[in-house]
Amino acid sequence: MTSYFPEGDELQKFVKRRRQKGLIWRSLFLLATTLGVIVLMVLLVTIINDSMGYAAVAYKIAPDELVVGFYRGMMLDAPRTQTYADPDDLAGALAGNPNAVGLLDPAAFQAHADILRQVQVAGGDLSGVVVAVSKDNDWVQNVTILELTPLFTVAETWSDVRPGWPDAPVHRALPEAGSPALDAFVTQVYGDDPAEQPIEALLAMLAQHRSAGALRQFVAEKPLALRTQEEVLAILEEQVLEPTVVETWSLYESLFDRAAIKEAAAGMPDAHLEFRRWITWDFITSPQSSQPEYAGVRTAILGSLWVVFITLIFAVPVGIGAAIYLEEYGSGSWLDQLIETNINNLAGVPSIIYGMLGLAVFVRALGPLTSGAIFGVGDPTTSNGRTILSAGLTLGLLILPIIIINAREAIRAVPQAFREASLGLGATKWQTIWHHVLPNAIPGILTGSILAISRAFGETAPLIVVGASTAIFLDPSGPFSKFTTLPIQIYQWTARPQAAFQNLAAAAIIVLLALLLALNAFAIYLRNRYAVRY
Amino acid sequence: MNIQTTAATYAIETRNLNVYYGDFHAVKDVNLRIHKNKITALIGPSGCGKSTVLRCFNRMNDLIPSARIEGDVLFHGKNIYDPDVDPVQVRRRIGMVFQKPNPFPKSIYDNVAWGAKINGFKGDLDALVQESLERAALWNEVKDKLDASGYSLSGGQQQRLCIARALAVKPDIILMDEPTSALDPIASLRIEELMWELAQDVTIIVVTHNMQQAARVSDYTAFFTVTPDRTGYMEEFGETPQIFTTPASKITEDYITGRFG
Repeated sequence: MTSYFPEGDELQKFVKRRRQKGLIWRSLFLLATTLGVIVLMVLLVTIINDSMGYAAVAYKIAPDELVVGFYRGMMLDAPRTQTYADPDDLAGALAGNPNAVGLLDPAAFQAHADILRQVQVAGGDLSGVVVAVSKDNDWVQNVTILELTPLFTVAETWSDVRPGWPDAPVHRALPEAGSPALDAFVTQVYGDDPAEQPIEALLAMLAQHRSAGALRQFVAEKPLALRTQEEVLAILEEQVLEPTVVETWSLYESLFDRAAIKEAAAGMPDAHLEFRRWITWDFITSPQSSQPEYAGVRTAILGSLWVVFITLIFAVPVGIGAAIYLEEYGSGSWLDQLIETNINNLAGVPSIIYGMLGLAVFVRALGPLTSGAIFGVGDPTTSNGRTILSAGLTLGLLILPIIIINAREAIRAVPQAFREASLGLGATKWQTIWHHVLPNAIPGILTGSILAISRAFGETAPLIVVGASTAIFLDPSGPFSKFTTLPIQIYQWTARPQAAFQNLAAAAIIVLLALLLALNAFAIYLRNRYAVRY
Repeated sequence: MNIQTTAATYAIETRNLNVYYGDFHAVKDVNLRIHKNKITALIGPSGCGKSTVLRCFNRMNDLIPSARIEGDVLFHGKNIYDPDVDPVQVRRRIGMVFQKPNPFPKSIYDNVAWGAKINGFKGDLDALVQESLERAALWNEVKDKLDASGYSLSGGQQQRLCIARALAVKPDIILMDEPTSALDPIASLRIEELMWELAQDVTIIVVTHNMQQAARVSDYTAFFTVTPDRTGYMEEFGETPQIFTTPASKITEDYITGRFG
């Protein structure tokens, strides 16, 4: 009998061809996956690229200038201090007074080494400057850096500096302001970074450069005496140093194109070149600001979290309940099919339409409820329906169809065998749903809800319509507060012309992605923990 | 005959039972009387309505939206399809074991205990679980692993677990829809032995494709077949020895001897 199937060699070739077809499809699918991964990588790289890099920062007063200038002033104003333009005069005056101490640059000291003695500085001599006393001074051999401070500023007598020393008054001989030796001394003894200064010094610097009137708002918020060093430093930066970012460069440019950056910075005389990571802890914890140097996303993060929370507690129970009703209690009648079709349609409606719906219904029509006026909460003059509650409910409506559709699929996937076995034992329909259908549908329901919540987290257009605030500095305190959200903040920043805002937007995107990741991870943990594990 | 006699001798009976799926007439004019504490087998070719009739006994056809019942199904003299009868109560008294073992995704203990719990059982649950598993001939195999998943058992053990589960709510009747068709011969035999033991205090109605099984196990046999337009009906009913040796109807004889079906 003739065989109708290929045999032998023909069979080999035929099977090979069939396999190859399969391989081609497999490669196409791999290609699709790779494409997706590449796109994600490009996104991440672009964001990270924008989120750090060199920045040209112009200061009104440079930080090191501030510190050095402050201490220099302190030294020059100290009691019994004399400045000398000519180092020889300085040396002569110093040699003649055993109670005097002075500063000379090393060359000048060498020239007068016969009449002066160098004071050793414990821990290592200072470079660029010599601390010298008269050869007639027989009690000072060495001195610590800590002792140098009062010695050149506030000490009245030598015994104030070190108890064993005599009670004689201290005389100081200093070179003129502007002398490199003096600056070298200040830099090495007192430091030049405001961040390392003690709070008393910072307060004094603040008082020196700003009048009491200008500081009034800070004092009103919290008395200066009660503030921490970081807080005073922040005030100092904002009020005295006044940094302004003039120009920024991306990470790629900062790593590979330094020459061009240095050239550009040279063209900006006031600017210091700093490597700036735009995403810092301050960025996350600071409120909104119109100045990019101080702007933070705290308000936006809290707003987002509040809104998503309201969305969650509204949409998830309602969605799951509707899905249970439609799947388990529905009869497949024309009404049920009509509902199903409509829900599917609603899932595809543009989100801005939901925004308009939210504006009309939640903000305007239900205004007294959503603004909290009904409950007596909220300031009657400024409160209106543009609150977190309205935003949450609007987004809840947006994701409701998605949750319903997904939950229905999950419920449908529970094997009918469980329902039959349960009912066969004399359980009611509700007992069957509660004990068998729902627990087995929860993993699928949770997955779909996670996706829906993630989408709600990133929605921008409907919330702009519903009334997110553009300038809000107070943290939201409850569902009746004004709000802004992370995506809206990002959108607003990208719309601004200054270069720094683009970097801030990139940093905010990183925060958004991190938050989403945390949310998703938590939800997956919940799903794994509570999924029926047999 | 009066209701009293019916209640005493017959566990359940149908009177002119007709079942429709939408417009399709699936089963017609079934008059079947099931004797108490006996095993009754429903046999016949595929598609003749045996499972449909079986599922009428515990109102499981209610789950199919297009199913429609005409006629009476009398349990303790009362038609279980009367509007004032609660199917939940019916199903507690008339339990079911399905063709493919379907334990719950729970532990063995919870599988057996769950039905009793939701039916408001107030006694010693541990004792009930043990008793049910013993009656289902499964206790010795699982007594050390009651917390293990129901799915960790073999197919035959899972089916016995389902029987134990059904027994835990103390039904009067157990309906078995081809209980061994998914099992190997050894497991099937064990289930058959089980049926004999259970029949002492429970009425058993079993649908089976396996004629030898019906001949081995049952006291009474009902033979179903189809009309040319695929409507099922009961061709013959009688004591098993009689049906299998001297059937009254030629169609029955043809089926038994393997000439069709």
